Amino acid sequence: MLGLETIGRRTVETLDTFGQFWRFVGGTLWWIPQTALRRKDWGLLMPQFYIIGVRSVPVMIITGLFVGLVIAAQAVEQLRAAGLEDRMGILVNLSVVKELGPVLAGVMLAGRVGGALTAELGTMKVTDQLDALRVMGTDPIRHLVVPRVVACILLAPILTLYCDIMGAWGGQFVAITLEDIPAEPYLYYMADAVENWDLFAGLIKSVVFGAAIGIISCYKGFHCRAGAEGVGRACTSAFVTSFIVILVTDFYLLRMMQDMYDTIWGFKAII
Amino acid sequence: MEPVPIIELANVHKRFGQQVVLDGVNLRLNRGETAVVIGESGMGKSVLLKHIVGLLSPDSGEIYYDGIRVDTLPRNQLMRLREHFGYLFQLSALFDSMTAGENVAFPIRQQKNSKNLDIDKIVSEKLRLVGLDGIQSKMPSEMSGGQKKRVALARAIALEPSVILYDEPTTGLDPVRADVINELILRLQKSINVTSIVVTHDMASAYKVADRILMLHGGKFIFDGTCEELKSCSIERVRRFIEGRASEEDMLSIEEA
Ligand SMILES: Nc1ncnc2c1ncn2[C@@H]1O[C@H](COP(=O)(O)OP(=O)(O)OP(=O)(O)O)[C@@H](O)[C@H]1O
Ligand SMILES: [Mg+2]
Repeated sequence: MLGLETIGRRTVETLDTFGQFWRFVGGTLWWIPQTALRRKDWGLLMPQFYIIGVRSVPVMIITGLFVGLVIAAQAVEQLRAAGLEDRMGILVNLSVVKELGPVLAGVMLAGRVGGALTAELGTMKVTDQLDALRVMGTDPIRHLVVPRVVACILLAPILTLYCDIMGAWGGQFVAITLEDIPAEPYLYYMADAVENWDLFAGLIKSVVFGAAIGIISCYKGFHCRAGAEGVGRACTSAFVTSFIVILVTDFYLLRMMQDMYDTIWGFKAII
Repeated sequence: MEPVPIIELANVHKRFGQQVVLDGVNLRLNRGETAVVIGESGMGKSVLLKHIVGLLSPDSGEIYYDGIRVDTLPRNQLMRLREHFGYLFQLSALFDSMTAGENVAFPIRQQKNSKNLDIDKIVSEKLRLVGLDGIQSKMPSEMSGGQKKRVALARAIALEPSVILYDEPTTGLDPVRADVINELILRLQKSINVTSIVVTHDMASAYKVADRILMLHGGKFIFDGTCEELKSCSIERVRRFIEGRASEEDMLSIEEA
């Protein structure tokens, strides 16, 4: 039987973790402006841009490309039967720009970052390197977390853009090169349907995902348990948590942005 | 009137979950003293050191540095207070992403007025003290355990702190190197009058550097005295520790296995 005491203790532990996480977020937000103002700290950003950004580009290209290819290959038969094959660009590009680009780029980033950042910070934690920073008068949140979170926030939209572009190109390749759909109407309808707003909404989402991934991965690294096993578990947990947070916030952001669009421009039929 | 102790712990208690680690620790340490803390593995020696610099906070009790209460100090003041401390971590805790030289330079660069200092010169001077000048460009992953420990020691003394906390400074070193570290601890005490707390299992090292030896057991200091007093101490547990003799209970675990 689950004793009252156990339930009480678990509740306290959960609330404790929750508070700890938001304090961590608060600490990060507190240091970001101060880091931005100190030239000395900018040097910490560059390696992160390389690790999080440059090294993620190939993954994003492959993801985007194949998502575009797959959607187009799936849709082409049905659309052709309905005589709508020249509208296929709308389907492919809206899916990629609004949903799949940001979400898949986020998931890929969570995988890479959940692995790399959490393992790095977790190892530093279990070998007392975080304490060593503290003893030397440096706040590890400022020194380690801020550059990584800022890099994630700035790079997520850029990586998403790679994904978007490759997705559009993949769809076009299937449509125009493989399926002989006439290029001119395909491109016309596509450009007509995909608005700046759609692209913008997708990129805003990716900024939120980037922030979530960065914070969650760093938090998990900072609070991992001792030993190699603790680090491994923290990595898995960082990925799973980021993944769920991406999917859930995606839904709410989608609703929010739909409302925003409808209030400003009103409903618009595409097909 | 007694002088204000540079380090004071008053009735410090700490537990992790159900496990009681510190159970009423008291310590008064005067400026320039070298105290050696001995005790069995897992008795909380490292935990004790972390309390002194505010890396862990006690469940109850008080900790003072030079009359300033450490455990309730606001964070930014605590950061400044820590500049007075050098801390050699048990696992060295060198930053993996930096070379040996950058590691030693790190605390110097973190200081406010570091621009007009010749950092390279200080780094090579500190590394020479631990017998490793020339190792500047090596990464921690390319160094042996003993080398890492010595680089970490060079980093701990880089800012010429007034208190140095050594967590097992000679563990993993060969006897000759270990003795060089002992000499270094003595020299730092004599030349710049540092106060030191040395956690160690190495009794040769303990006798050599200590003004005073304390043994931590069951969350308390069960012995506190000079080297001579330790040698003639009659407490069974202390005797067993300094002679390296296992008790019946300790042996039992082998026989059961
Ligand atoms: N952050 C922590 N969370 C939970 N338990 C901890 C933590 N730090 C230490 N402990 C526990 O406190 C006890 C004392 O640990 P400590 O590292 O101080 O031992 P020690 O005396 O330094 O031993 P050794 O000689 O092996 O280094 C251990 O049982 C350890 O499991
Ligand atoms: Mg220890």
